[in-house]
Amino acid sequence: MRLLTVFWVIPLIVLLPTVGAAQGLFSGNEFNPSISLILDGQFSSYSNDPDDYAMSGFLLDDEAGLTSEGFSLDESELVVSGNADDWFYGYADVVFKDEEGETEVELEEAYFETLSLPGGFTLKGGKFLSAVGYNNRFHPHSWDFADEPLVYRAMFGKALTDKGAQLRWVAPLDLFVELGAEAMKGDSFPAAGGANDGVGAGTAFVKLGGDLNQSNSWKTGFSWYRYDVDGRDSPIEDGRMVFDGDGNNIYIGEFVWKWAPGGNLRQRNFKFQTEYFYRDESGRTEAETPTLTENGRYDLDQRGFYAQAVYQFRPRWRLGVRYDWLSADNTLAGITVPNPLDDDGRDPRRYTLMTDYSRSEFSRLRLQFARDESSSDADNQLILQYVLSIGAHGAHQF
Amino acid sequence: MNQVKLFLFACLLYVATPGAGRAEDRVRVFACEPEWAALAEEIGGDRVEVFAATTGQQDVHYIQARPSLIARYRQADLVICTGADLEAGWLPLLARQAGNRRVAQGQPGLLLAAEFVPMLEVPVSVDRAGGDIHPYGNPHIQLDPHNITHVAKALGTRLIEIDAAGRDHYEPRLRDFESRWQAAIVDWEARGAALSGTGIVVHHRSWVYLEQWLGLDELGSLEPKPGSDPSASYLAELLAGLEGEDLKLIIRSAYQSDRASNWLASRTGAPAVVVPQTVGAVSGADDLFSWFDTVLERLGATGP
Repeated sequence: MRLLTVFWVIPLIVLLPTVGAAQGLFSGNEFNPSISLILDGQFSSYSNDPDDYAMSGFLLDDEAGLTSEGFSLDESELVVSGNADDWFYGYADVVFKDEEGETEVELEEAYFETLSLPGGFTLKGGKFLSAVGYNNRFHPHSWDFADEPLVYRAMFGKALTDKGAQLRWVAPLDLFVELGAEAMKGDSFPAAGGANDGVGAGTAFVKLGGDLNQSNSWKTGFSWYRYDVDGRDSPIEDGRMVFDGDGNNIYIGEFVWKWAPGGNLRQRNFKFQTEYFYRDESGRTEAETPTLTENGRYDLDQRGFYAQAVYQFRPRWRLGVRYDWLSADNTLAGITVPNPLDDDGRDPRRYTLMTDYSRSEFSRLRLQFARDESSSDADNQLILQYVLSIGAHGAHQF
Repeated sequence: MNQVKLFLFACLLYVATPGAGRAEDRVRVFACEPEWAALAEEIGGDRVEVFAATTGQQDVHYIQARPSLIARYRQADLVICTGADLEAGWLPLLARQAGNRRVAQGQPGLLLAAEFVPMLEVPVSVDRAGGDIHPYGNPHIQLDPHNITHVAKALGTRLIEIDAAGRDHYEPRLRDFESRWQAAIVDWEARGAALSGTGIVVHHRSWVYLEQWLGLDELGSLEPKPGSDPSASYLAELLAGLEGEDLKLIIRSAYQSDRASNWLASRTGAPAVVVPQTVGAVSGADDLFSWFDTVLERLGATGP
């Protein structure tokens, strides 16, 4: 025992302050809160004018569409997070957008999350990315492609973010089973207006996942988004259309499969991801043009999916392919203006190829080419993108 | 809809039932690394049920918060991890997604080994231009057996705190482990004495605790900076720098690519060796004792 004591005491004396300073090392950052800055910029070239972007059979959100042509700063994010105390974790993500020479500041997320509810429950409140679907939880800088799947663009604008509360529960099982529900204001596309005393939308979701073996893991989920539409305004040719309708639904199915030999992601890994959306919305609509105002009824019956695969074939290098497809079967009654919901007998599609290089976990350069057949006028889209992350260590989300 | 409600209700009942889902009343241990899983088994014996989140074939830094890990974390009574940022990419995510307050920060159910050992290489400043630097110091603490001793004591104390009824079970097991471990250390140190001053090149700078313990002399690393992969130009530079040095071994972990090691081995004549960085990383290193036996054996220390 004496040998041990001697061995111990000497380094202990030398290193005592170090040991003391090393308490509470969990959060992954020496600062409280942890702070990170995401720099995300791109150069894009399109064969069509991005301002004319349209999708057959879908009326898009104002914000939805393509990043402006040439050099652009899509989203620079400042993320601050940390534990407020033993009950609450806080997270805020401020996004700076540079559009047409002006910097817009947007609060992408600002929420609290509980740390110590009993029974496997977690409560989240504030403004946050909804847990519906798979891609929705990820910020644009951690997507595997430079832009969102078409079905997200069509049905959520880009992603579903709203103010509200979320309660979720993880089952005490070896199989991952998560159940959750959200109540939301209904401020964001496709809901509008915060109807019903400010609770105009809600979601419910179930997620399952596990490991097949050491090399293969999977996750699947089903989500339901129910929303009221109260005065959603969409620009149409020479005017606008306003939509109202309660109790509408979007259903989402997701599936993700990841492979890495022996569970070692470093050298090679593969990820397959797919989601299917179905939207069922109906109500009253009013069309306004300089010459007339008309009232009618509308019924949206829309679906879409995408499937993508990304392969890291050697350290730092990845290759990806993606296929997007949507289809709409809308009806509009009592309106005589050119029907903006008409799909011209065409299903929007897009084919994307991507390759990226990551110098480290904290930087990525990406080259992406897409042939976008969202409308009758097919578009060739080339994007060169960089993403840097400075500060706190990023999260390895599944 | 009614079926969904019924299901939710059933789930609520299930969690509200004390001890629900437990086949036995054992302490569930979630260990981030295999060495802590092995240690928990040594001290906990049949009073604990241990889950190892990673294997010896994985780079612990590059783990994702997979659903299977969240599910296990959710059920844990005790989480034992290295800490010091080693699991920075996934451990905080597991904690937030699993909703398990027994193992929340500040609870006895969370044990971070690095808090109980003297850390090496604590940087004065952290700049990522220098690679993926860990602000709390080099987190690969497991390769000094004296560190295992410190963590064993801490783990014994925690197990008693969590499962007070098992005091008479854990205390003798801890004492027994400590005396066997101490005897083994004496043996390893006798065998390892000949290794003092041995010149080595490492793949990743994850061997500093082993180097300090055995007095190995690190002449360079295959990674230009921690976490970045070896490049041809850097390796040529490394090779030039090794001129005149007495390089004896090129060592790497089980999960690291052999390309850079083999390249350097062919240029220098020094053998490239896989040294198990944890329990189970190579065959034969099946528990804590045989792991360190294998480490010494692979380093060339066969006898005293």
